[in-house]
Amino acid sequence: MSNAAVAVRSPRARERRASLVEGLGRAGLVVLVVAALIGLWELYRWIWVSTGWTRPFIVNDTSMPHVWTIFKAFSQPAQVNQPSLISVLLHKTAFTAKEAAAGFGLGAVIGFVLAVVLVHARLLRRGFLPYIVGSQTVPILAIAPMVVLWVNPRLPGPLQGWGAVAVIATYLTFFPVTINTLRGLQSADARALELMRTYAASRWKVLWKLRVPASLPYVFSALRLAATASVVGAIIGELPTGLQDGLGGAIINFNQYYSIEPQELWATNVIAAALGIAFFVIVVLAEKAIVRRPPEETV
Amino acid sequence: MSEAAAAQAVVRLEGVTKTFPRGGVTALQDIDLELAPREFVSLIGPSGCGKSTLLRVIGDLTAPTSGSVTVNGKSARQARNDGDYGIVFQDAVLFDWRSVSKNIALPLEMLGWGRQRRKTRVAQLLDLVELTGFADHRPWQLSGGMQQRVAIARALSFEPSLLLMDEPFGALDEMTRERLNLELLSIWEQTGNTVVFVTHSISEAVFLSNRVVVMSPRPGRIAGTIDIDLPYPRTVETREAPRYFELVTEVRELLRSRGEHLLPEEEAVLE
Repeated sequence: MSNAAVAVRSPRARERRASLVEGLGRAGLVVLVVAALIGLWELYRWIWVSTGWTRPFIVNDTSMPHVWTIFKAFSQPAQVNQPSLISVLLHKTAFTAKEAAAGFGLGAVIGFVLAVVLVHARLLRRGFLPYIVGSQTVPILAIAPMVVLWVNPRLPGPLQGWGAVAVIATYLTFFPVTINTLRGLQSADARALELMRTYAASRWKVLWKLRVPASLPYVFSALRLAATASVVGAIIGELPTGLQDGLGGAIINFNQYYSIEPQELWATNVIAAALGIAFFVIVVLAEKAIVRRPPEETV
Repeated sequence: MSEAAAAQAVVRLEGVTKTFPRGGVTALQDIDLELAPREFVSLIGPSGCGKSTLLRVIGDLTAPTSGSVTVNGKSARQARNDGDYGIVFQDAVLFDWRSVSKNIALPLEMLGWGRQRRKTRVAQLLDLVELTGFADHRPWQLSGGMQQRVAIARALSFEPSLLLMDEPFGALDEMTRERLNLELLSIWEQTGNTVVFVTHSISEAVFLSNRVVVMSPRPGRIAGTIDIDLPYPRTVETREAPRYFELVTEVRELLRSRGEHLLPEEEAVLE
């Protein structure tokens, strides 16, 4: 009896230890890759500067500042008598993250609902889908000013400004969610659909008991794309609004000083990338917690 | 046919014909068949003889072109809506995102059973198909034979009078198949369902059934019916009884006599 209990428990403990080892291994790998990238950057710089090569572009302190110059910029004030760049950027990051998160949430819901409607209406799918695809070929920079003009006057006070940016992020987010969710909802096994027919299941039941669970791996692969797209959408959305509170504003600002202090723009890029990665990681973790499938079936 | 006898039949097919408009294939022609309560009937024949189509017609998963289908004295549509039958396919068709017990409980959820009632019923069913202890496993952690037992438990969960089985053990190896044949008979003896069992295997059909319906292809017709007079409960020894071999030979000869139009690969099935 006790032997059996041990036999049952020990594989689990082994599994837990294996996943811990695997996690540490992955973290080590990330550190190694980052170190290698920094090394490559500096090596490239050193070769081009010491040989004086000018192709494909001239390498100097402006085009490719030292990695440590970029990181040192974080601790120094961006302007005289102001807090350090990192604390300024973190505030701006929080603002942009708020826009991106709202855009992501809204886009995910709209994208999902749209896919549910389209999977049930063949005619609508045929007629409507080309326009959804078409919507994404319009450059976001071209429609962002219009979105701001349309949306901003209708927004209540606390949403003014950043709300419009969130809508622009939504525009970039909903698309992959719609396309992938549609595919996922259609991925339900034909035999499983037949089984539901033998239960005389309503469309609604088929949707919630079969189609939606079957679609989850597809939905999450879309959400991973949407996570980074929403951050890009939020940053680009800030440009035409003239908002100074987010990373987009900071990028515009540091652009103007690039020839003098390139490290500040680079530092902002590093932070923006980190925000995108953070969004991505959150989605991956949520997927791990929610979707339990045989290992070979993850999309 | 008297009113009483009409009410008694669990399945009645009269002049059922099914043609597929594309290619003008006649899958079923003029099928008459009647199943009494507690009967175990196998449909056997080469590919293309319409045995699976016939099962799907009974289950109202496809409509006949002409003829009438009644299940428990109702139209096939009404019977499907009333949950008069459970079905088992060749693949278990389990939902990967549900545990074994949740898979079994799926039809009960659809019927709106409460949590406690479902739990009690699932425990009974796990016991019936001898999977107690696997309630929380995921489908992909089970062997093919165990998955098919889950599918059988799911089909029986809401106590339908009729069980439709479409080559349920066709994808399993011979040893597993023979063991599941025995288990299926013991389940059937406990539940008392009427069973329609589609198979490619002559020995399986003879071992399980009261009656074997032999079908022939192009167009799909009933070539003949053989009553299997082996006594129940059938055991491992049944497969070694002389009468068993006689009946297997009888079915094989009936299949062969109607098989003059068979393609070579269909011949191979009969060997």
